[in-house]
Amino acid sequence: MANTDLAETDLEFVTFFAGGQSFSIDIGQVREIRRWSPVTPLPHAPDEVLGVMNLRGSVIPIYDLAARFGLDRTPESPRNVVVIAMHGSQTVGLLVEAVSEILSVGRERIQETPDVRSDTARQTITGVITVDEGMTRVIDLAAVVQPRGKAAA
Amino acid sequence: MAPQSSIRDTFFEECEDLLEALSEGLAAMAGGARDTETVNAVFRAVHSVKGGAGAFALTELVAFAHRFETVLDAIRSGTLDVTSEVMHTMQRSADHLADLVEAARNEDVLAPDVSEAFLANLDLCPGTEPEPFDTGDTPFDFAAIPLDFGDDAAPAAPGGYVIRFRPKPRLYQNGHDPSLLIEALHALGSCEVVLDLSVLPDWEGPDAMSPGLGWTLRLSTQESETVLREIFDFVEGLCELDISPFDVAPEPEDPLPLVAAPLVPATGFGAPPPAASAAPKQDPAPGGDAAEGRGPKPTLRVDLDRVDRLINSVGELIINQAMIAQRLQDMALASDEDVSLHVEDYRLLARDIQEAVMAIRAQPVKPLFQRMSRILREAAEATGKSARLLTFGENTEVDKTVIERLADPLTHMIRNAVDHGLEGPDARRAAGKDGTGTIRLGAAHRSGSVIITIRDDGAGLNRPRILDIARRKGLVAPETDLADAEIDGLLFLPGFSTASSVSNLSGRGVGLDVVRNAVAALGGRISIASVPGQGTEFTISLPLTLAVMDGMVVSVAGHTMVVPITSILETIRPAPGDLHRVGTDDSLLSIRGRFIPTVDVARSLGFTDPSARAEFPLLLLVEGENQSQCALVVDAVHDQRQVVIKGLDSNYGQVPGVSAATVLGDGQIALILDPDAIAAHRASPAAPVAQRPSSLPDLHHGQH
Repeated sequence: MANTDLAETDLEFVTFFAGGQSFSIDIGQVREIRRWSPVTPLPHAPDEVLGVMNLRGSVIPIYDLAARFGLDRTPESPRNVVVIAMHGSQTVGLLVEAVSEILSVGRERIQETPDVRSDTARQTITGVITVDEGMTRVIDLAAVVQPRGKAAA
Repeated sequence: MAPQSSIRDTFFEECEDLLEALSEGLAAMAGGARDTETVNAVFRAVHSVKGGAGAFALTELVAFAHRFETVLDAIRSGTLDVTSEVMHTMQRSADHLADLVEAARNEDVLAPDVSEAFLANLDLCPGTEPEPFDTGDTPFDFAAIPLDFGDDAAPAAPGGYVIRFRPKPRLYQNGHDPSLLIEALHALGSCEVVLDLSVLPDWEGPDAMSPGLGWTLRLSTQESETVLREIFDFVEGLCELDISPFDVAPEPEDPLPLVAAPLVPATGFGAPPPAASAAPKQDPAPGGDAAEGRGPKPTLRVDLDRVDRLINSVGELIINQAMIAQRLQDMALASDEDVSLHVEDYRLLARDIQEAVMAIRAQPVKPLFQRMSRILREAAEATGKSARLLTFGENTEVDKTVIERLADPLTHMIRNAVDHGLEGPDARRAAGKDGTGTIRLGAAHRSGSVIITIRDDGAGLNRPRILDIARRKGLVAPETDLADAEIDGLLFLPGFSTASSVSNLSGRGVGLDVVRNAVAALGGRISIASVPGQGTEFTISLPLTLAVMDGMVVSVAGHTMVVPITSILETIRPAPGDLHRVGTDDSLLSIRGRFIPTVDVARSLGFTDPSARAEFPLLLLVEGENQSQCALVVDAVHDQRQVVIKGLDSNYGQVPGVSAATVLGDGQIALILDPDAIAAHRASPAAPVAQRPSSLPDLHHGQH
């Protein structure tokens, strides 16, 4: 997570696009990146939970990151990829439009999330990092995944 | 310290076996066995627990085990008759010993007065007057030999001791580590260690495998010699050990004599033991030997996680095999093609491996049944009834998880059987029965399931009273007329309890509905049969394993899903007149003169794509909560197959109406439906419980 006490070491993030915006996630949480394959939808699941996928025998839920941030569902495209990430012992997949790069930044370059109005954004983004042409949003995987884990009624 | 704690774990694991052997032996003795073999086995079990406990300084455990052992020794030597009182005390003491072990394992302390009560009970056994016992001094002596008391006095040498210690090869083979022993000595006082190289084996000799290293330790301590010997208790017989006070052996540099060296057993059973004397070991129950794995078959202790990982991988293998087979089929090769034959071999091999791996998790129900004999004793004591437990089929093997999760329901049912099932002794005699009630607990394999039966020879179910209570509690409408089996089924309703006085045994607000739910959670079913005056029998039928399940593959709104076979009573293709619409959405199925509500699975799951729906749906008749039947509407039924169960909880969470998932042959995930939840979902908005069970089904229509 971006806020741990690893002073002055560089942090590495995987950045990717979802809903036309740039997001990033701590590289330590990323397990692999996979091609999109059809999922099995779950009943009574929230919008952003596309369904479950078979990852070498584990059943993992796939979240549409764009939908999670209140944007439109990611349109189907052969270029879509799934970022497999670990949060604690929980393995999840994040559907994104494209993975762009691995970003290595000093801790001081991460800025606190500016005071935006969207609740979702405030709760799920831990900070922003300036990159060449704009910025990338550092997501808090726990917050992305958590509220749905409990009661998905 | 890590190695120490792992030895400790091993000790407690061994204790489980020892306690099992103990309870087995006592059960045999209770059944009339008096042969030396059985009595010795019981004695040995207690002795080994004591020995191990001594090594870990579990004084309370040692003290109790010692006292227990004394009584057992008296039985062994024939000075104490095994009356039924003595037997009872033995069994209660074994229970308490198990409690003490458990407490020690959890590093709890039991209330001392409990132990004292048990000790007092043991003291009552005639001919075994309590000897003065001090855990620090005499844990390894037995009452029968008064001479041993001389040994107690083995006074702490003013300066300390010289200890010569030379492990035999077996010590290493058994996994002991001399460094830990030496470390333990260090804890007693200042200790000089001299490695005794002089006894190194002849390197040219034929027996280079046997280590010959020995140590001479000079320990300055105030502790008594017995305390020192305790440290070596675990390696008794596995080493040459000589302990002498400073003044007796002042030259610690003396090389240890080789093979001719007299062995001083750590347990001087039957030997007059002057402090530094040598006596050949006579004790037939050496604590150290217990570590070698008793019983006829060698076994291996494996971390459960490793087995589960293996099971997981084998599950993958099965799925992978299915995928390959499917691909091949899609390629439409000639059936005599080599590769098809190989894939068939692959399939058989994969199944073999799966069965073998599942067998690792399978364990006999014996320990579980043995625990039940304790529950029975306690229940009988609390209710003032006299009862015995007969078990059969205790070597039936069931998945470990099933066994673990069966403990609570079974406990409850045994208590129930004693509390509600059996009559009091007087009532029994008045009915012309033996005053002691019998509860039979059995297990058997039957066509891919495990059947557990609990049967008492009590008065049978009092059906008029059950019906009366159910009516008073509003569980059935006052005018309904129920068949016997339907009345029996009322016992499983939540909130039903027949005990007119809430006893501290079963009436804890936990009814048979909890048992039923626990069994259902394991994918099993429970039923009752009762004959007035002769008793009641509960039958629990369980799947052999929780990792795979027989399922029916169905289509629901274009999605492939699996329904557990165990919950399906039958599949029905309704004739046009069988379905009757009620209101806008609901419909009832008429079957054999009854009307059963239907549940549209697709709608209940929120899949509302009408284009994917079949024109002529199929119905699965399932039994939901409280035995209420309902018919699930699905679009098609494909086939029946074994599926590997994959949980959804760890990576996602609970999904309403879905119990788990599985991977199909094409690599796609199919959800496993939870018919109970789907049926309950239907009932939840309206229909309070009181109005439902007017259609309680017969519990014994075993069709699947």
